[in-house]
Amino acid sequence: MQEAYARAFRSWRSYQSGTNLRAWLLRILTNLNIDRGRRQQRRPETQPLEAGDYYLVDRLEEAGGPISDEERVDQRLSQDNIVSALSAVPHDFRDAVVLVDIGDFSYADTAQILDVPIGTVMSRLHRGRRILKQQLAEEVAAG
Amino acid sequence: MIDCEKCEEVMQPYLDRELDLGEYAEAEGHLDACCYCRRRYRFEMELRRYVRYVVSEPMPVELKERLAALRLAL
Repeated sequence: MQEAYARAFRSWRSYQSGTNLRAWLLRILTNLNIDRGRRQQRRPETQPLEAGDYYLVDRLEEAGGPISDEERVDQRLSQDNIVSALSAVPHDFRDAVVLVDIGDFSYADTAQILDVPIGTVMSRLHRGRRILKQQLAEEVAAG
Repeated sequence: MIDCEKCEEVMQPYLDRELDLGEYAEAEGHLDACCYCRRRYRFEMELRRYVRYVVSEPMPVELKERLAALRLAL
């Protein structure tokens, strides 16, 4: 897994050693992989991914009532839920999600970092986020 | 004006700041008028913030500045 990131960054033409970017992302990856051995990664094509973007919030509201404006997400989802769900996202999809959602990179920058076309970034993001939400919904349903 | 279904479709690119100005304005218009989607928008924002908080340390300021400089150089 670390090799995947190393490869990605070697191919990023604007990457320069000493920016600590790789170290920062590897630290995130290491955190995510704490859980890795415990959980078998699911094949993404077995996931019902046709659900819309509101899938998770709808499931949370079904389970625990409407989410008020004052309510915080951590009242419905634990930190363990997040780490476990992210760990279950296949790494190609997770790379895109980590770079955009956590690294705050644009689609164009993410495409450059991962050395894939921008359309691939968008589809990986889409699938990665769907799988993440699906996993979180399952975590909550399992209690 | 766009409907809830379209708003759901553009929610992620809206949060990613990847919509063009016209699409952005349409999404804003819908979110101003629809409390159902606004609640979902707020949830998505909070979820991202929470995920970021759980799995990562904040990007060091110096690293952010150096990355911004790299982008200008492209």
